[in-house]
Amino acid sequence: MTVLLGSIDLTFLAISLAKIVVLTFMVILPMVAYSVVAERRVSAIIQDRIGPNRTNIPTSLLGFKKDFSIFGMGGLLQPMADGLKFILKEDFTPAHVKKFYYWLAPALTMVPALLTCAVMPFGSELNFSFLGLAQPVKAVIADLSVGPLYTFAIASLGVYGIVLAGWASNSKYPFLGAVRSSSQMISYELSLGLSIIPVLMVFGEMNLGKIAAAQDANGWLVLPLWGDGLSLVRWVLWIPMVISFVIFTVAMFAETNRTPFDLPECETELVAGYHTEYSSMKFALFFLGEYAAMIIGSGLAVTLFLGGWSIPFGPVIGLGYTPGATPLWIGLLHVATFFAKVIGFILFFIIIRWTVPRFRYDQLMKLGWMWMFEIALANVLLTALIMAGANAMGHPLR
Amino acid sequence: MATIVVQRPKLKWHEKAFISTLWKGLRITLGHAVRMLRGKTHVTMQYPEQKWDEQLPDWYRGAPTLVTDEHGRERCVSCQLCEFICPPKAIKIIPMEIPSDDPWAKVEKRPKEFDIDMIRCIYCGMCEEVCPEQAIYLRKDYAITGESRAEMVHNKAKLYEIGGVREGLVNKWNELK
Repeated sequence: MTVLLGSIDLTFLAISLAKIVVLTFMVILPMVAYSVVAERRVSAIIQDRIGPNRTNIPTSLLGFKKDFSIFGMGGLLQPMADGLKFILKEDFTPAHVKKFYYWLAPALTMVPALLTCAVMPFGSELNFSFLGLAQPVKAVIADLSVGPLYTFAIASLGVYGIVLAGWASNSKYPFLGAVRSSSQMISYELSLGLSIIPVLMVFGEMNLGKIAAAQDANGWLVLPLWGDGLSLVRWVLWIPMVISFVIFTVAMFAETNRTPFDLPECETELVAGYHTEYSSMKFALFFLGEYAAMIIGSGLAVTLFLGGWSIPFGPVIGLGYTPGATPLWIGLLHVATFFAKVIGFILFFIIIRWTVPRFRYDQLMKLGWMWMFEIALANVLLTALIMAGANAMGHPLR
Repeated sequence: MATIVVQRPKLKWHEKAFISTLWKGLRITLGHAVRMLRGKTHVTMQYPEQKWDEQLPDWYRGAPTLVTDEHGRERCVSCQLCEFICPPKAIKIIPMEIPSDDPWAKVEKRPKEFDIDMIRCIYCGMCEEVCPEQAIYLRKDYAITGESRAEMVHNKAKLYEIGGVREGLVNKWNELK
């Protein structure tokens, strides 16, 4: 027992706990809240409106001169108002639902979405030597060597939340939404998984942190402009990588139930889809789970294809990652770069949502099974052929 | 029944694969976004701060009010025509006799109470149209609010306060006649 207790590294535990708290509760959850605001403001800009621009703390009621608002910009406190509204609303459980699963479903949507951020490398490493830590802290909660596998395994649990919600609601529209959701997820998870196989083949690596580090040194996967990225093999491989990126992005849209693939909720046909019978905070959990999944999906896409935390031309201009000896300010810059990229990707998600109309159900299935699945398979073969050809000609990738 | 053959447009391969169609859609939405960000789009009026009051037309039908004439006399003679014509029955009038020592005793009647329930009022303007004395007018006030039902009933004092004075128009009680 004492040996077991002695083997626990308290510093490691404390650092991990700090990373979990900071990343999940102080970064991801506020990002979820603010991506809702971004969604509303960007959609307003696209549709020639203004959007929520008034929410602030009414300090003028307390006798102050002006209302309090962040950066003097109204509307940035909208998530707080929304959250307060959701909490104060009546949490109504209809009589005809299956109570246990009805209560379980919202948690099952939110929890996997948050769990997947464990393997996301949100920066290179942070050198806290001034705090007395000998080793630099890796900017990832769990440095697993099965990164993408873990992410897909956990993220695909999210569908259980939706299916359970539809089943437990005991009502036809949620049920239809759940059925659609499960068939959609099955169809698109195939192409999602297949689309990253070429990426893993190129890197020969499943650790997301090492994938990001390799891209930092040798050019991003879809932007190989420095290091080994300037070799001919990498530029020939650029074609299957871009195909992978496109398939991954489309499948990610389908996985996160975003328009144009939001058939599970599909307001015009299914009332509100699988969460028709939900109200107050339980509905909010579904709603926020969708956005959390979107952030994690963006993080994964950024890590695999857009260099993760890597700064463009980082090693060339001296902002690269040197294992074990990266200064703190460069480490922090890497973290900022990662989140800047993720935010950019979320904006892309949002713009696509307000641009593309929803697919018809048969179109969705046809696209998934007759186009994306085949293209992803062929892409794996193409990558393998290119890599084998490069090997045969004496220019191996690694 | 004649069969109607619907002519579907022939799509090119890039349209079928959603490549050029996505690009077209993005050009529209991003075009709107850029125009909006450059401030070239006329957007919604920010209501409580900006108002449209100056542009309200003369015939705008806002809150019905009572008016006095140039001598400060209540124009209303309590004929109750507006009460009878009012489609949602928003108007309630209790008439009274003008005492004989009043300078306007010859008018004979005036309203003792004149209530318009602004929750019921539909701003149709029939009261204004039917009034033989030009005593009731629809003014340009449109933001009629209150915190209780009682507050939303405009009594006589309130109606005269909003209405104000209107000169001329009816001269049958004047010396001018």
